[in-house]
Amino acid sequence: MHNLCSATQNVAAMPKKLWQPKVETEEHPLLTVNGVSKYYGDRAGCLHVSFDLYPGEIVGIVGESGSGKSTLLNCISGRLSPTYGSVNYQQENGDLCNVHEAPEHLRRMLMRTEWGYVHQHPRDGLRNNVSAGANIGERLMGVGMRHYGNIRSKATDWLERVEISKNRMDDLPRTFSGGMQQRLQIARNLVSNPRLIFMDEPTGGLDVSVQARLLDLLRELVAEMGLAVVIVTHDLAVARILAHRLMVMRGGHVVESGLTDQVLDDPHHEYTQLLVSSILQV
Amino acid sequence: MNHTINTTQKTANATPLETGYNFAFLDEQTKRMVRRATLKAVAIPGYQVPFASREMPMPYGWGTGGIQLTASIIGQQDTLKVTDQGADDTTNAVSIRSFFQRTTGVATTEETNKATLIQTRHRIPEQPLTEDHILVYQVPIPEPLRWMEPRETETRKMHAHEEYGVMHVKLYEDIAHHGHIATSFDYPVQIAGRYIMSPSPIPKFDNPKMDNCPALQIFGAGREQRIYAIPPYTNVHSLDFEDHPFSVQTWDEVCGLCGAEDSYLDEIILDNEGNRMFVCSDSNYCQQRLKAGHAGAMTAPQGQPAATRTESNEENNA
Ligand SMILES: Nc1ncnc2c1ncn2[C@@H]1O[C@H](COP(=O)(O)OP(=O)(O)OP(=O)(O)O)[C@@H](O)[C@H]1O
Ligand SMILES: [Mg+2]
Ligand SMILES: [Zn+2]
Repeated sequence: MHNLCSATQNVAAMPKKLWQPKVETEEHPLLTVNGVSKYYGDRAGCLHVSFDLYPGEIVGIVGESGSGKSTLLNCISGRLSPTYGSVNYQQENGDLCNVHEAPEHLRRMLMRTEWGYVHQHPRDGLRNNVSAGANIGERLMGVGMRHYGNIRSKATDWLERVEISKNRMDDLPRTFSGGMQQRLQIARNLVSNPRLIFMDEPTGGLDVSVQARLLDLLRELVAEMGLAVVIVTHDLAVARILAHRLMVMRGGHVVESGLTDQVLDDPHHEYTQLLVSSILQV
Repeated sequence: MNHTINTTQKTANATPLETGYNFAFLDEQTKRMVRRATLKAVAIPGYQVPFASREMPMPYGWGTGGIQLTASIIGQQDTLKVTDQGADDTTNAVSIRSFFQRTTGVATTEETNKATLIQTRHRIPEQPLTEDHILVYQVPIPEPLRWMEPRETETRKMHAHEEYGVMHVKLYEDIAHHGHIATSFDYPVQIAGRYIMSPSPIPKFDNPKMDNCPALQIFGAGREQRIYAIPPYTNVHSLDFEDHPFSVQTWDEVCGLCGAEDSYLDEIILDNEGNRMFVCSDSNYCQQRLKAGHAGAMTAPQGQPAATRTESNEENNA
């Protein structure tokens, strides 16, 4: 649809290495996160987090369980209101949207058009009582597509792109394997040609070989579509494969951030050093 | 909402008025509350207005939403018709009619064109409605988005923001599994280009009658405590796809009694040999046609297969 071409332009306009610091480009950030803190009563979920996300950029959020990764992701994706701070998103039409101050209908509209959200458990991100085809078609119908044949052929394309045989199109998600369900969830999000995808442990529930294939697929799709991604994972290997930049969280704080290779190969913060060394020992 | 009376057929005098109750059972304050909710519903076509549903002397599921609506707008000069799946003589219709006879003493009728107020379950009369009619629907499940989204807080937002994609997801599923839109009752409609509404479990055959209808149509759900409305002359669109347009049920048969080709037909099993016939589901419509001299295969005088039953079949056609 219309935003596919602008996405390709973005890719073309971008420097060859996507992970070069974006300050060198003239592009505006897609997302500007400014001093975001979230408290659950007295307990801090995440604290004073600020960063920019540029078009086509993939940022990984890593850290141990309870460090505030999901809290941060939910705050920046508009699913949770931060206690302090703001998140601004540059809409496709050029308007700047203050995610938490914007009228609810605008936020919800962005969530099902320009954004996507991939849950760790596919059942949380799929409509489990309708077929795979309907799951993919929902966003198209949501923006007014009213031609059954066209919706179906789009759904066929997307099943192919996520490597699900098209003769499974009319089957319910629960008849799919975990990996297939996760790929279906991804297709369901990408069909509207979003610009920004949030993912919370998208490979978390899968076994290793399935994980690897899903990661390859994600990497291809994201590059093809020029998507910006914020991905939460506790798996440094996943972060290494997908993310251009990393933020390492601990106790709600971002303790270290930078280009993925730099952070992982030359960690400065002692906690990051601990994380990396624990991986290397395994 | 008083309305002019064009006919009186005093069938009520046989039933003595109950004493000790207010007119139409509900107290005046409750009726005002229901009327306020109804006015709001009329002002926002297709929007479900919450109201404080009252205990009625029959259980939920017996049309308590429709009954509260009727009780709140009925006046002395009204003529009431109560119909259930097209028939006025089912237990349900009879008991609701008798309830209003006992608590209001108003005239009742089975004839659509003599009624001013019609309470119905599962059908819209075949006889075209006029500005002199108000049609009250009994509604079991008012929320068309419920099957997709169980949370009330969420469905409210979906209506508020016109997030109606999921309604087409349902129709998509129908086509994917049956090759056509198989939904044939409670077929979702969009009112005045805005709210998506459940028309209650009427056959989709009746959907076109709602569109641009001269009569006021109001819908009451007792258990779910919702009232909604279609004001007269309002656009009512049945959802569909460009390449799978909305269509109504059709039959190869005509009514076996009156020969009608344009009415919704019920199939009636006549005997154990598998003989069956099709008759109008709207029994008053059928009777009016018979009176006017129309005849079908089972009622034609000569040369036709002998009818195993006569017009009294209509009593069983619900
Ligand atoms: N709904 C909630 N109510 C209260 N406290 C919460 C809530 N959600 C998270 N927390 C707390 O906030 C902190 C951060 O939790 P969060 O879920 O963001 O961590 P995480 O990094 O995503 O962990 P995991 O890797 O286990 O998913 C934890 O101390 C957690 O107990
Ligand atoms: Mg988490
Ligand atoms: Zn007939």
